[in-house]
Amino acid sequence: MAQHSFFGYRRENGRVGIRNHVVILPLDDLSNASAEAVANNIKGTLALSHAYGRLQFGEDLELHFRTLIGTGSNPNVAACVVIGIEPSWTGRVVEGIAKTGKPVVGFAIEGHGDINTIAAASRKAQEFVQWASEKQRESCSIKELFVSTKCGESDTTSGLASCPTVGNLIDKLDPLGATTCFGETSELTGAEIVCAGRAASPEVKKRFMQVFNAYQEVIDRHKTSDLSESQPTKGNIAGGLTTIEEKAFGNLQKIGRQTKFIDVLKPAESPAKGPGLYYMDTSSAAAECVTLQAAAGFVVHLFPTGQGNVIGNPIEPVIKLTANPKTARTMSEHIDLDVSGILRREMSLDEAGDRLIDIMIRTCNGRLTCAEALGHREFVMTKLYQSA
Amino acid sequence: MPTDFIVHDKADTVGVVVVEDVEPGKEVTGWIMETDETIRFKSLDAVPLGHKIALRDLKVGDTVLKYGHDVGRIVADVGQGRHVHVHNLKTKRW
Repeated sequence: MAQHSFFGYRRENGRVGIRNHVVILPLDDLSNASAEAVANNIKGTLALSHAYGRLQFGEDLELHFRTLIGTGSNPNVAACVVIGIEPSWTGRVVEGIAKTGKPVVGFAIEGHGDINTIAAASRKAQEFVQWASEKQRESCSIKELFVSTKCGESDTTSGLASCPTVGNLIDKLDPLGATTCFGETSELTGAEIVCAGRAASPEVKKRFMQVFNAYQEVIDRHKTSDLSESQPTKGNIAGGLTTIEEKAFGNLQKIGRQTKFIDVLKPAESPAKGPGLYYMDTSSAAAECVTLQAAAGFVVHLFPTGQGNVIGNPIEPVIKLTANPKTARTMSEHIDLDVSGILRREMSLDEAGDRLIDIMIRTCNGRLTCAEALGHREFVMTKLYQSA
Repeated sequence: MPTDFIVHDKADTVGVVVVEDVEPGKEVTGWIMETDETIRFKSLDAVPLGHKIALRDLKVGDTVLKYGHDVGRIVADVGQGRHVHVHNLKTKRW
């Protein structure tokens, strides 16, 4: 059995992070330029540019705030500077993040202009980054670790070996009290009944089926074909996956053989029922899904790939594993763990699961993932419908 | 004996090729994970790594089983040892 404690950063609210980022968070698309200028001025800070935040309304606006507040609140973030075009919504994000007790301050551009805003925000960012640089890691328990998973550019090797490797890890960490999360609503199509059977109670099962059926209605309303052009993706098909059902059963291997999910989360909603496996209603697009999971407070991500998805996330390290020997060979700079030995019957699933726990703990202790070293920082907000 | 293809479940009607050199006429060896059995037959197509090979003759309308579950329907007859993919297998959903 692999090692089960790690060195993390304990935050003001008791939650544990594995990175120590100072984030410059734009409220809206208009504020990206200022946020990027601040991050350029102050080394060691990170601007999270994105495309949205204007004229959104209803549930879509709530999701926008939940995602931004959740991102700033993630324990991998030590401190946060928020920049928005106007003070009211900027203040709402600042207040949300401030509930964690971490340093956060907001700046609004209207009435000041970019240059004055950048100057004031840069001074605060410098103060935060120097403060954060003195934070020390301390020994933390696996019970304090929040782990998310999602697969991408899957092929049949994902369902055979890399997704079951994640499943093996989940089955081992669940009894130890870790908090874990899977999502990808559309990619459960065909396997939804089997997935529903893994709900921990009839109530959770019912809520899962409601979320699943709502997603099917969205697809039915907008589809112009049987989705064979997008689900499975061209990459999935090149890798040998033929139908969404086949893809779904492969995907579902990630939740292991025994673990039950204890709750259904809205996109970017934080777990509130204590340790255990959570299902989150997310898109199956990699960057959207990981961005939502990071906003819900998950600090390390496990990403099985077949054909070689290269995704990363700015605040939640993404660990990639593959069982495809060709991908492991031709895209080695993207692969943190090669489990293709399972297909050659040189490695057992149990052994692969232990190796994944090992690389995950090393990542928690500070080892940079391939995606971090290569600078993959895909931050993609989910948008539910068009703006007003 | 190297494994050329892997089968998840005893009930499955397709296996997954896990090597890069399955050519027509090659004698291929498969491992059924569920029961730890070994099966052998002749491949009739070049089947790329990760793609599916038919374990038995499949007719139009047949349900294809993988992971022991329904993963779609056959839309063109397939013989044992043939490549199974988008040209002869379709989703039942959406």
